[in-house]
Amino acid sequence: MTLPLDLIAVFAPLLGAIIVGLGNRALGDRAAQIITCALMLCAATASVMLFNYVALEHHVLDRMLLPWIQSGTLNVSWALHIDTLTAVMLVVVNGVSSMVHIYSVGYMSHDKSIPRFMAYLSLFSFFMLMLVTSSNLLQMFFGWEGVGVASYLLINFWFHKTSANNASIKAFLVNRVGDFGFMLGIFGCYLLFDSIQFTDIFARAPQLADTQIIFLGHNLPALTTVCLLLFVGAMGKSAQLGLHTWLPDAMEGPTPVSALIHAATMVTAGVFMVSRLSPLFEYAPSALAVVAVVGALTCIVAASIGLTQFDIKRVIAYSTMSQLGYMFFAAGVSAYSAAVFHLMTHAFFKALLFLGAGSVIHAMSGEQDMRKMGGIWKIIPKTYTLMWIGSLALAGIGIDGVFGFAGFYSKDLILESAIASGTWYGQLAYVLGLAAAFMTAFYSWRLIIMTFHGKSRADHHTLDHAHESPLVILLPLVPLALGAVFAGYCAWNWFGGEGRAVFWGHALFVVPERDTVAAAEHVDEIYKWLPLLMGVSGITLAYVFYAVKTDWPAKCASSLGAAYRAVYNKYYFDEAYDYLFVRTARKLGDFLWKRGDDGFIDRFGPDGVAGAVVRLAQRASAIETGYVYHYAFAMVIGVAVFISWFWLKG
Amino acid sequence: MDNLHSLMIVLPEVSLAALGLLLLLVGLVNRSNTTHVVSALTVLSFIITAATLISPHRLSFLMGGTAPVFAFGTMFVDDTLARFIKLLILAASALSVFLSGGYLENHKIARPEYPVLILFATLGMMLMVSASDMIALYVGLELQSLALYVLAAFQRDDAKSSESGLKYFVLGALSSGLLLYGISLLYGYAGTTDFVKLSFVFKDAAPHTIGLTIGLVFVTAALAFKVSAVPFHMWTPDVYEGAPTPVAAFFASAPKMAALVLFLRLLREPFMPLAMEWQQIVVFIAVASMLLGSFAGLAQKSVKRLMAYSSIANVGYALSALAIMNKDGLSAMLIYLAIYFVNTLGAFGVIISLRKQGQQVEAIEDFAGIAKKNPLLALAMTVFMFSLAGVPPLAGFFGKYFIFLAAVKAGMVPLAVIAVVTSVVAAFYYLRLIKVMYFDESKQIIDACPCFGVRATVTLAALYMIIFTVWPQPIIDGAIAAISGFIRG
Repeated sequence: MTLPLDLIAVFAPLLGAIIVGLGNRALGDRAAQIITCALMLCAATASVMLFNYVALEHHVLDRMLLPWIQSGTLNVSWALHIDTLTAVMLVVVNGVSSMVHIYSVGYMSHDKSIPRFMAYLSLFSFFMLMLVTSSNLLQMFFGWEGVGVASYLLINFWFHKTSANNASIKAFLVNRVGDFGFMLGIFGCYLLFDSIQFTDIFARAPQLADTQIIFLGHNLPALTTVCLLLFVGAMGKSAQLGLHTWLPDAMEGPTPVSALIHAATMVTAGVFMVSRLSPLFEYAPSALAVVAVVGALTCIVAASIGLTQFDIKRVIAYSTMSQLGYMFFAAGVSAYSAAVFHLMTHAFFKALLFLGAGSVIHAMSGEQDMRKMGGIWKIIPKTYTLMWIGSLALAGIGIDGVFGFAGFYSKDLILESAIASGTWYGQLAYVLGLAAAFMTAFYSWRLIIMTFHGKSRADHHTLDHAHESPLVILLPLVPLALGAVFAGYCAWNWFGGEGRAVFWGHALFVVPERDTVAAAEHVDEIYKWLPLLMGVSGITLAYVFYAVKTDWPAKCASSLGAAYRAVYNKYYFDEAYDYLFVRTARKLGDFLWKRGDDGFIDRFGPDGVAGAVVRLAQRASAIETGYVYHYAFAMVIGVAVFISWFWLKG
Repeated sequence: MDNLHSLMIVLPEVSLAALGLLLLLVGLVNRSNTTHVVSALTVLSFIITAATLISPHRLSFLMGGTAPVFAFGTMFVDDTLARFIKLLILAASALSVFLSGGYLENHKIARPEYPVLILFATLGMMLMVSASDMIALYVGLELQSLALYVLAAFQRDDAKSSESGLKYFVLGALSSGLLLYGISLLYGYAGTTDFVKLSFVFKDAAPHTIGLTIGLVFVTAALAFKVSAVPFHMWTPDVYEGAPTPVAAFFASAPKMAALVLFLRLLREPFMPLAMEWQQIVVFIAVASMLLGSFAGLAQKSVKRLMAYSSIANVGYALSALAIMNKDGLSAMLIYLAIYFVNTLGAFGVIISLRKQGQQVEAIEDFAGIAKKNPLLALAMTVFMFSLAGVPPLAGFFGKYFIFLAAVKAGMVPLAVIAVVTSVVAAFYYLRLIKVMYFDESKQIIDACPCFGVRATVTLAALYMIIFTVWPQPIIDGAIAAISGFIRG
């Protein structure tokens, strides 16, 4: 390795962000686009070369950059640690990011703040890279918070929209809840291991498997507690059930942002974190069970909500959340390589779907409601094809042993690993995952049919303007589409097949008796065919519902009644949170503001003092009457007072 | 031989007096620009006097000049303290003359007597700070005061100016009466008016002889009037407002320094054995001045009255330093004075240079928006105001810093706390002026006077505020040397 590929891969996006962010308008739109795209492409190329060097030629790269904190036993450095797991993430992040950058050139071409947008995208990429290349928890947290900030900035990119403001604040706040858990997890790690360096933590985890820790007044198993706290962080970032409410709202951001941050990369940070910490989680089986159950529940809940939504981006957003659920329950049953496999394939096809949806929205003059689309497949055939590819990959269509789209391999591996784990939560996850696979296929084709087929429900004006997107938008979709088609087939050997052990090296760790990915090969044939059956039947049913018997959806909805409304209203999560947290917090805030701050602190503090000073000042200057005899009197009284003072004192 | 020796010691004062008389004659030559000539010559006289004061020739005659030397018996003393403060007084007077030119012409009161009056006031101050006898003190003080009364009323067609002169005169007469009464009491108990002998008498006297204490109170009260300390300050706002602005500027600088140093000499030399008594008075008037100057200033609308209250508060800080009474405190006071007089003259310079339709600007709201039309002037005023408010790194910060530091070191923490609190309060009115200049919309057209003297003074003063930060050594060393020579003596 002659070039410092790792530095290029990580810092080229930062360089782009700095140049374009500071240059901004002075630089101009075109230069901003060229600089960020070129640097991202450099980073992506470097990542691919790194992947070859690290994952295929089996090296591990460690590069110390700068010392950061040295205080007592706490010793943290800025460093790059690149093993196979990181190398996979680098390819995913930089690959998708560079495609999204190029796509944005076309998609954002009418925007007024192009340099700002490109700088934010590059900045996000840098933080994501810091997150995945970290060799300790703190640098990971730095990247973690950095992507949070970038996500906030990008969701709120159109800051004149109130809905975007609200969505960005919501995303930030919900993530703070998760981050708090993450922070507690970091503190817990430091308490247990006296270090937050991954190598130290992993080396000592087996010995501490049975340690107890006192947390919130209870004596709890130490590793489980720490792992669960860290998982709370992962739940926030990866929108798992409970902390998921921000993700659908985050679709207020421009579509490239949804594709990059809220589908392909940032939201998978939680999956990455659990995988990275696999040597820790492996010794906390109860925590893994929680991870699996939360993942499985997220998977089914999100998929069911996805069935009912009409906003094209929201459907894909719930789909993302559901797929993240798959990844988490894969991690929960110790099938980390399956989780990362799905992370990788999902990045390709979900980015493809989002960018394709963006292309549709672009064609439909900004319309996002599928009820106002339809019948446009002839107008935008290329986008239509790409959406088909993405959906096939998402639904996991393929024939075992012959060929399948990317999602086929990864999703089946996850489901098989779950059933192969032989645990109750594995079986639960399999069942829920299977149901979700059906729903996934259903809502994917519901989306395709509602958007592209049937009679157009758009108004004339929009329809007249509908046009295929320019090349700069379509071209970046091609590599993603290739990934969506072939990524599973090509990478199967590394993630699920024979080459697994050599490929991963020490990057992932699984306790030998729980090697579910290996066991997945030996599950009954029926379990291997069920997912495909689910996918195909989901597609068929969607076709019947939305192309043949078009009155069925409405009938179905009305006959389901309250159940449908609950799903359509996203199980009332937002309303419950609003009632439980938002309003109580607001009441508390109102109280502290009006009674506490205004009524007490301000009244007697700043305002009170200021008022008293003003009155005092007026009195003090009112002494000045202008009459000489008053002045003389004051002087004489002054003398008299002094003399009296001394006389009385003796 | 003895008289010659004495003459050599008072040579600066003698030459200044002679030059003053000469200038009166020059003023009689009736020519159109006589005032200009006399003003220039006055400044020249100050320079000559200063040169005489520190000429190596004279100093070597005074045996190096480190030990105090007396003239005319023990009437007059020349020591390091006197020389240091005389230099500052001469500088302040010269700058005041500079500030006056344009104003006098604009108000058609340009008369050659004006600079000569300043000259004689300066002579009085020089005598004051060198007085070593109650009689000499009184003579110096009255010479100064008489000139100042006339200066306050110099714009005699203006009712306000006449009123302020009269007020100052009546109250000044009262304070002179207090002073004389106090001196006579002291003389009655001690049998001498000589500072050195007085201190011996006080040392031996019973510690609480009430007559001595009463005499002390009267003398202190009279001097408190001269430095405009609360509760003897009442004349200050009215006189500053009524007197011609350059006169107010002069009042705020040179006489303040002279009276404070006279105060210092009196308290430190003859009254030193009574320190327990007078320290209470000084602390009281210092605290009262700081409080009143800071708080009452908040309610002012006229910028000249504002400066009057500012000067009262600043005298409070100087008196705090005086109350500390050790070397640290006293040299802090001298440093403070050396910074303050330039600062206040600069601020007055800006006030003098602003005019609306030929009229002098008086109200604070008239400063609105001058930053747009006169950015440099506004910048200078900002420097002065920040410095007065004690914002680092400007000179005013160090002035206050040394005093607060000395107070804390001497264990007078409550005094330091009050000083800090009042300077925070006072910062409000300084900052408000800046806010008005930069952020308020101007209502009428304000011009800056093109007068050279004013511009030069403002520029010099602003530079001094900044240069002090990087090169404070001359002032600090000078002040420490002045106090060391004085206290050793």
